Amino acid sequence: MANKKIIYGLYDDEVVLIDAVKKVRAEGLKIHDCYTPFPVHGLDDAMGLRMTRLHSAGFIFGATGTTTALSFILWITTSNYPINYGGKPYLSLPAWIPITFELTVLFASVGMFLTYLYLNRLAPGVKPEIVDERTTSHLFAMTFEIDDHTSSEKKDEIRKVLTASGAVEVHEKEL
Amino acid sequence: MFVSPLREPLIQGHKTYKQISDDICAPVEAAPSKAWMIAVTLSGLLALTGFTMIGITITYGIGMWGLNKTVGWAWDITNFVWWIGIGHAGTLISAILLLFRQKWRTGVNRSAEAMTIFAVICAGLFPIIHMGRVWLAFFIFPYPNTRGPVWVNFNSPLLWDVFAISTYFTVSLVFWYTGLIPDLALVRDRTTSAFKKRMYNIFSFGWKGTAKNWQRFESISLVLAGLSTPLVLSVHTIVSFDFATSVIPGWHTTIFPPYFVAGAIFSGFAMVLTLMLVVRKVFNLQEYITLAHIESMNKVIILTGSIVGVAYITELFTAWYSGNQYEQYAFLNRSTGPYWWSYWGMMTCNVVSPQLFWIKKLRRSIIFTFFMSIFINVGMWFERFVIIVTSTHRDFIPSSWTMYYPTIVEIFIYLGTIGFFMTLFLIFAKVAPVIAVAEVKSILKTSGDQYTGPDAIHTQDEHHKH
Repeated sequence: MANKKIIYGLYDDEVVLIDAVKKVRAEGLKIHDCYTPFPVHGLDDAMGLRMTRLHSAGFIFGATGTTTALSFILWITTSNYPINYGGKPYLSLPAWIPITFELTVLFASVGMFLTYLYLNRLAPGVKPEIVDERTTSHLFAMTFEIDDHTSSEKKDEIRKVLTASGAVEVHEKEL
Repeated sequence: MFVSPLREPLIQGHKTYKQISDDICAPVEAAPSKAWMIAVTLSGLLALTGFTMIGITITYGIGMWGLNKTVGWAWDITNFVWWIGIGHAGTLISAILLLFRQKWRTGVNRSAEAMTIFAVICAGLFPIIHMGRVWLAFFIFPYPNTRGPVWVNFNSPLLWDVFAISTYFTVSLVFWYTGLIPDLALVRDRTTSAFKKRMYNIFSFGWKGTAKNWQRFESISLVLAGLSTPLVLSVHTIVSFDFATSVIPGWHTTIFPPYFVAGAIFSGFAMVLTLMLVVRKVFNLQEYITLAHIESMNKVIILTGSIVGVAYITELFTAWYSGNQYEQYAFLNRSTGPYWWSYWGMMTCNVVSPQLFWIKKLRRSIIFTFFMSIFINVGMWFERFVIIVTSTHRDFIPSSWTMYYPTIVEIFIYLGTIGFFMTLFLIFAKVAPVIAVAEVKSILKTSGDQYTGPDAIHTQDEHHKH
């Protein structure tokens, strides 16, 4: 696998980073990604990222939970092995609400969590490509993908834009 | 970014992002202190004693307990409800306060959620060992079997409880771990030891913190909070159904669900305070868990404590107003019968004492808050004991009236779960950041004392310039 090469700038404040992202995009450069130590509100808008559809997945999983619970209990109590509890109707929907609710929440949460892990490529033991170890602590990184064919003029341009927009450090790295 | 000039700062000491990482990771990175070793040994030994007593119960049967024909539920279910209730504060802080955008939750949510998980583990032990033949515990789940198949009873609150508790545990775990992943990645990136780096790499799942990662993180946090909010209300509602759907005087009251939920949050906050007051001192985190945090929690205690108080008095009124002599006797027996001390203990701890927090000086006093938090937990334990034992020990036929006393086995199982809970919490506090680092950083610009409050050095105008 060809090694990925990046140029990245490190910022020490999220407000500077958001301004920098806007500035860099206005210059027509393509940002590869941003790494931040905490969720920075407005960064996804500045980068032009699409809103995640993760919550829609949550809804689908939840609806699956509701259907599973209701159809399973319905099948058991009215068809598979109906039991007469003190003359009460076999189909006693109100009594099934608690379990239906719990399964809805269970399916939605667990399903959404697994989707979240899958989309973010998170799993025990995954070795992440760490741009800079300080980006989980106090620095904010903006990265640009480059390869062996990237001209040195292009590299210089990226470096210049990064420094001009307030980056405290600029580095080149092979991942 | 809007900075409220009225709000008290939640992060003190003019912290930078770097300092926040350093301060909160310090206890994780330092070698275990002597005090920690002693604490974990003692609580571990207590837990071990508890598990030995559980072993004795399983070997010789439920006869090792003080239960009898009249009092079939006692300490076991008392402890179960007590632990479940304690867990509720964690979910309230992490979910409900997230929906209400309460910034002070970030200082305490991580530990409170950990507390929830450990409390639910302790709670879950009790119904399982109460089954006696624990190796048949899987009977509580609906699975195809060769006995008909006879399924579980879907109309029974006891089965609802199975689903409620197991869902609650799973969802709390998922919520907690979602928040923990970025913070474990922080520890991974800071540590220099190769072994630690490997371990934290496994547990942080390879987190990178890209813009897209965080966008999804925010989405899942919000949805999980939205799901956990009705969940936490449903869990204690269903626990209260265990009693409320029965026909025992003192149990079959429609007030139980809200009354139980309020009581649960009340006791949970007390436990959070007990733990956090120790944690902030021992780990030197006073600048992150400030008096403002403690005061906010004490205000929740006033609210939930008052709801509990009103519920107790409503119960008494309704018993009298119903004109039903069995219902009336149940309450007369609670307050003046042989277990009068537990009733008045409950009344003092839960109704009278939280009202003292109306005094600002007291709710901002650390020593007072600490003692109150213990007091409330004792009171809430009494509440469950009162409901469970005093309602059953004098039943419909006076010839079967009896008393219940716990045996040494029961006492040590209860103490053992406290030891187990403390052991789990101590281990957690040593291996993971006890404060949600990323979330604290995200409120620095609005709640740090360099931006708001009397010591602010940055002005509002400076913010608007950006």
